Amino acid sequence: MLTLVIVLPLLLGTAACAWAGARLGRRATAALAAAVAALALGALLTQAAPIWAGGAVAEAAQWVPSLGLNWQLRADALSLFFATLILAIGLLVITYASYYLGPTDPPGKFYATLMLFMAAMLGIVLADNLLLLVVFWELTSLASFLLVGYWSEQSPARRGARQALIVTGVGGVVLAAGALLLGEIGGTHQISALVAHGKAIQNHPLFPWALVMVLFGALTKSAQFPFHFWLPDAMAAPTPVSAYLHSATMVKAGLFLLLRLHPLFAGSALFETVALPVGLATLTLGAVVAIFKHDLKGLLAYSTISHLGLIMTMIGLGTVEGVVVAVLHIFNHALFKAALFMSAGIVDHETGSRDLRHVNGMMRYLPWSGLFAIIAAAAMAGIPFFNGFLSKELFFTATLTAPHPLVPILATVAAAASVAYSFRFIHDTFFNGEPGPLPNPHPHEPAWGMRAPVALLAFLCLLFGVMPWLAEPLITRVAAAAAGAPVPELHLALWHHPGLHVAMSAVALAGGGIAYALLMTNRFLHRLDIDRLFGRRAGRWLFAALVARMVRTAAWITRRTETGSLTMIVALVWVSALALVHFTVPWPQTASTPAAPQPTFSTLLVAFPLWLLVAFSAGALLFWHAHRTVAVLLTGVIGLVSAVAFALLSAPDLAMTQIAVEVVSTVMLFLALSFLPKRTPAIPFQRRLVHAAIAVAAGVTVGVLAWWLLVTPRESISWYFLAEALPGGGGRNVVNVILVDFRGYDTFGEITVLGVAALGAWALFFGTSRAQHCTRQTSQWLEPHPHLLRVATTVMLPAALLLSVYLFLRGHNQPGGGFIAGLVTAAALLLVSLAHGFAAANQWVRAQDGWRFARTVGAGIAIAAATGAAAWAFGRPFLTSAHGHPQLPLLGELPLASAALFDLGVYVTVVGATLLLLTPLAAARRNDRETKENGR
Amino acid sequence: MTLEGLVASAIGIVTTVAVYLLLQPRAFATALGLTLLSYAVNLFIFVAGGLWIDAPPVLDAGRRLSTDPLPQALILTAIVIGFATTAYLLALAVRRFAVTGDERTHLTPKHTEDAR
Repeated sequence: MLTLVIVLPLLLGTAACAWAGARLGRRATAALAAAVAALALGALLTQAAPIWAGGAVAEAAQWVPSLGLNWQLRADALSLFFATLILAIGLLVITYASYYLGPTDPPGKFYATLMLFMAAMLGIVLADNLLLLVVFWELTSLASFLLVGYWSEQSPARRGARQALIVTGVGGVVLAAGALLLGEIGGTHQISALVAHGKAIQNHPLFPWALVMVLFGALTKSAQFPFHFWLPDAMAAPTPVSAYLHSATMVKAGLFLLLRLHPLFAGSALFETVALPVGLATLTLGAVVAIFKHDLKGLLAYSTISHLGLIMTMIGLGTVEGVVVAVLHIFNHALFKAALFMSAGIVDHETGSRDLRHVNGMMRYLPWSGLFAIIAAAAMAGIPFFNGFLSKELFFTATLTAPHPLVPILATVAAAASVAYSFRFIHDTFFNGEPGPLPNPHPHEPAWGMRAPVALLAFLCLLFGVMPWLAEPLITRVAAAAAGAPVPELHLALWHHPGLHVAMSAVALAGGGIAYALLMTNRFLHRLDIDRLFGRRAGRWLFAALVARMVRTAAWITRRTETGSLTMIVALVWVSALALVHFTVPWPQTASTPAAPQPTFSTLLVAFPLWLLVAFSAGALLFWHAHRTVAVLLTGVIGLVSAVAFALLSAPDLAMTQIAVEVVSTVMLFLALSFLPKRTPAIPFQRRLVHAAIAVAAGVTVGVLAWWLLVTPRESISWYFLAEALPGGGGRNVVNVILVDFRGYDTFGEITVLGVAALGAWALFFGTSRAQHCTRQTSQWLEPHPHLLRVATTVMLPAALLLSVYLFLRGHNQPGGGFIAGLVTAAALLLVSLAHGFAAANQWVRAQDGWRFARTVGAGIAIAAATGAAAWAFGRPFLTSAHGHPQLPLLGELPLASAALFDLGVYVTVVGATLLLLTPLAAARRNDRETKENGR
Repeated sequence: MTLEGLVASAIGIVTTVAVYLLLQPRAFATALGLTLLSYAVNLFIFVAGGLWIDAPPVLDAGRRLSTDPLPQALILTAIVIGFATTAYLLALAVRRFAVTGDERTHLTPKHTEDAR
């Protein structure tokens, strides 16, 4: 059922709204969105009874169990509270927005992203898996980006959206790191399990890191100082979005996370030393700046920052009382701030302006909206009989228990400022003389659909203000769920016992009123420009400067490294790789004898000459690599030595593969050489020295690494394959069984890469020969076809084909298999082509300039895929193999494995790809000759 | 000189030449360097399984010892793929040379201007 709560808006909501947006119009889309939200709310409330009784509802399904990322949902009172808030305020916002949006605003885009956001938010509050929570967390950042940038044609909207995305996105990444670390410390990513072991986790040496990273994510999301600046800029969003994201839900996500993990963090000195000062700073700064904002929504944005700071301060106290006040204020703030944003939206909608210096005296034009706004603002100011008063009183009481006297003092200052900006919001908008020059000089009350949500919220502000005990059972349960401990009995009443907090309240009310009256004398406030006062010290500027600096640095690095030279990049890659190896590989202190049996003297007798051959060829290459023909031959020698080495060192499959590839690739290199210059020009001596230095460093490092690998005994994971090859894969050649069975998926990917590379190389060759540069360079190499070779290949071809069939068939039990057989077939066909001339061979196999081989590649991959997919028919995962060993007359035991069919796919792909890689070179040569003949 | 020393030093020598050729500003030399490097890398991965004489990973009633089959399976496909990518690189080089008459692997100032 919890899954349904998330999936309804996530899939049905987004799809239905996106579909309806263009077809049914605004109202119908809004109705669909509201219906989905209502359904989700209904689904959520069916689970409410056990949760209200103090329990929790959980659901779990596996997603990526190997990463610890699972679809684990859990709803306790805290989750239920937030989820209900998200859905209920969401419903109001959906209704409000259907009147707010203009005729040219696409409704599908708005409601579909709103649904996406709603689903993501629900995911955050219902997730019981820290990684799942991070996934939804990032999803809210993305949805918020889309919603803030809804009017994407406006540059402030784009900038605000981008800034919010970067700040909250960076926070999300850091949070993800923190979540991984917490999971590492706690041994699980399940939140409820982690929270249960709070004390043990706190004692872990890595805990401070995890704490700081999680806190960073929460602080950025909840717009805490010094990351608060993204929130005012996000006010470029449509007002319903601000009412939803920037007052009631998304900015509360950070606070929710800290509440959710409260038992994990509570009592940690580090948590309190960070969260409490940050909360206090945010509280005071936001409240003071809000007074001076001339933009209606700007004022509300800073006020929101301030209230978020208040809640953060309470959480930062680390006490159960703090949690109670935090939860109560989250509830109250969601009610009055959403109402105020909607009121601001009504004013904006009706007058076309949000400038407090011009929008005055609206009470005459918008009496109802004004009334609702006054109620909500009174709640924000913390005036008695409105809900904000209660949380403020409790907040004051809690600050008095704080360790430092600065806490209650700053709290009073902030409360006074809060009174001042609340007065300003009401006084400047609805009174304070006549309206100034407005884009729409004749404002009137909007439709009731727009006023009703505000009215409802305002009514609730009043209700919980007059009868605060109504909220008692809710707050107690939610706070207990967050704190993971019983909450002291809570008495919410209008009149508490007298104490210092009453005096603080009185001082704040009086001080705020007087301060506003003084500032507004002769409209002094209207002439102040706070943005100019702060100038380039404002967070937004610092952020912009930081981004600009990063872009410049990145551009500088790119200019320095991406010079367009492959040599430069190769050198960079090698130098950094070598540096990495030297700094990170734990070089061994002592060498020990390897586990493998020691070689006999006769082995060394073979090995040493081979080593000399390699050394000689390598040295010769260094000196003569400029002569390309020689270089190709020397490279071939080294390749053949490596094939011999494979054969000597118990790798017959590799030896065969290497020899076959050697034949094909040498031919290929010579063919390519026939198009290219025959010599590599020399480069300056100094650069050669640098290259030599890098090369020697690379060679020494790799050699030492190889030696170390050889002399250090290690545990191998391969014994599993040796033990399982026969019973599990039905084959004796373990290498082949691994290729076609155990690691069949890898092999499938590899033959696909092979096919793609061949197709790409083939496509590059179309039209090559017609370019003039080649005709000049082409040599007559390979032109005469020696008679002897022609006769020899005629005999050899059937033998080679027979050999490849034999190698293929025995591959599962003896050295051989699809790769080797394919290469042998291709090499044989290639030699025939050499002997008879490519043109003749091309005609003979009906290659059609490679089209036939391209189809062969496709067929090979298709055979392999079909074999893999056949497992589905038996209800098994892709590429599950089956095998049997039926006895047949004459042929004896026939090892029949479905893997053999897969191997056939490999064989066909290898043949096709190899020939495809070579055909175009040959075809180009033929075209070339024709061009020349035509030229004559 | 043990067998281990011989194999390891051979890998080092081939790597040296491979990197030297890779650093040449000509596509054909790069292709040769890549081919050599794949020999060295394949052998490097191969030795991770240890050096075993006369112990192929083929299950046989008469033989008790068997080498590590996993590196061999990895290398077998690596050989084929290395060949394919080298072929692709050569195709690029030939194509570029055919069209522009140039096989250098760095952009000339003219190219940089075109790209902008």
